[in-house]
Amino acid sequence: MQLSRSTRIALRIAAGIGFAVIYIPLALVLVNSFNPDRSASWPPPGWTFHWWSAAWENDGARHAVWVSVKAGLGATAIALVLGTLIAFAVARHRFFGRNAVSFVVVLPIALPGIVTGIALNSAFGTVLEPLGVGLGLFTVIVGHATFCIVVVFNNVVARLRRTSGSYEEAAMDLGAHTFRAFVDVTFPLVRSSLLAGGLLAFALSFDEIVVTTFTAGPGVETLPIWIFNNMTRPQQAPVVNVVAAVLVLASVIPIYLAQRLSADTATESRI
Amino acid sequence: MTATQPAAGRTPVRRLAGLLHRHRRLRLSLLLTAPLLWLAVLYLGSLAVLFVSAFWTTNSFTSEVVRVWSTDNFHALLTTPVFRQVILRSIGVALAVTVLCALIAFPLAFFTARVARPRWRPLLVVAILTPLWASYLVKVYAWRLILSQDGLADWMLKPFGLGGPGFGLPATIMTLTYLWLPYMILPIHTALEQLPANLLDASADLGAKPGRTFRAVVLPMVLPAVAAGSVFTFSLSLGDYITVQIVGGKTQLIGNLVYSNIELNLPMAAALGTVPVVVIVLYLLAMRRTGALSSL
Repeated sequence: MQLSRSTRIALRIAAGIGFAVIYIPLALVLVNSFNPDRSASWPPPGWTFHWWSAAWENDGARHAVWVSVKAGLGATAIALVLGTLIAFAVARHRFFGRNAVSFVVVLPIALPGIVTGIALNSAFGTVLEPLGVGLGLFTVIVGHATFCIVVVFNNVVARLRRTSGSYEEAAMDLGAHTFRAFVDVTFPLVRSSLLAGGLLAFALSFDEIVVTTFTAGPGVETLPIWIFNNMTRPQQAPVVNVVAAVLVLASVIPIYLAQRLSADTATESRI
Repeated sequence: MTATQPAAGRTPVRRLAGLLHRHRRLRLSLLLTAPLLWLAVLYLGSLAVLFVSAFWTTNSFTSEVVRVWSTDNFHALLTTPVFRQVILRSIGVALAVTVLCALIAFPLAFFTARVARPRWRPLLVVAILTPLWASYLVKVYAWRLILSQDGLADWMLKPFGLGGPGFGLPATIMTLTYLWLPYMILPIHTALEQLPANLLDASADLGAKPGRTFRAVVLPMVLPAVAAGSVFTFSLSLGDYITVQIVGGKTQLIGNLVYSNIELNLPMAAALGTVPVVVIVLYLLAMRRTGALSSL
């Protein structure tokens, strides 16, 4: 289709505006972290690095980062194991209810977080409370793992579908038993998809707020919860600004890693 | 010597491997037991209990759940004006966000997929995806900064004698559109990129002007991608209640109603929670007819 010159120019302008709208809010967060003023009025009256050092000293924020990292690592570990198991079952076996299994895996991320959140909350309340176990970091990890399984599953199952089982069969014909074939042949084939899935799972958990709200025990404050609780407090606003800016900058890390893990596995499965 | 060195095939690991190799059923059940216990028992179990509890009631004095079967909650859901209003508003917001996303995403994706130089295209895709990795909460917070009093929106509109929209329903729709826009751009970009050039040439050879080609060839082929993107924009908007709390002012959506009922009336919250689930399932079924779900 030969587009006319004016259509091309119009599309260029539209795309330029579109990308500007996508990136201006993120840039604003960065600029605002140097705002000496506690209000968000524009333009900022000056520049200061004071809030960056204040944020570095802030115990609440530091503690929240640590809690988020622990929750993310725990949820990612569980999701890697369970997601890989289901991926192998679905990709390498034919069985009754196979479609139902792939559907159930997607459900926790397809349903609104608040539904998953209150369902888990009341289940924990009725099952764990009589056992004397209250909500805490453990329940956050369980909640996060539930919706992280799908991203690991998607990555691994896509990889398994592209690589046929004949490699394993060849290894077995050469005398390798099931476990040796897995360690020497299958695992190296799926390793990068595990890394991509793990990266996504961690990012998903690190960013989660709704399910966390309903599964966190008292005193368990992940970073999103901390930001949410402090966002509307004028006293804390400058520190929240800095934390938000750090998160915007930190989002470059997974993009870089995902690009290195080859674009087709990591970046597109974010969807 | 041979007695101390077990022959190949006799070690416990080999024996177990052989057992697994011979029994596919055993292998499958070992693979599936743990994940299904987690997803089917823990997750689906909790969901089922939640939806059953939607048919229970609470003691209005103590807020204790009374386990007596009744459809009162669903009756209230359909007859209470506030509930009906909020449900319709939530669906309206989700539809508005979806339409806005599609309108903004189309020219953007058309540029990245067919106008930009091929050398730049992978980089542009990364540029579309990058905001997805930035924290959800930070992006909402950014819009809080933009829309707050004397913020960027007010400053930009001041020369025209206008003010920003402030916090409220329009702010909610804008912020949600911003949040879910990449989910719409990416499928459209992929569909446009995969559009065979010879189809467009054929259309032109048969005398169609670009506008006609767009309507008769491009649009029908890209529509499933729009539908696929809309699944994300629609369902993510419908379930959201955090964004509304941050930029929505006094606006209430279905998620807020669920949230505010949890403490005092869990059965009512559960009944309200079924609404987005049912609407999303209906939406998915409708979109499946367009063939959108196979491309997810």
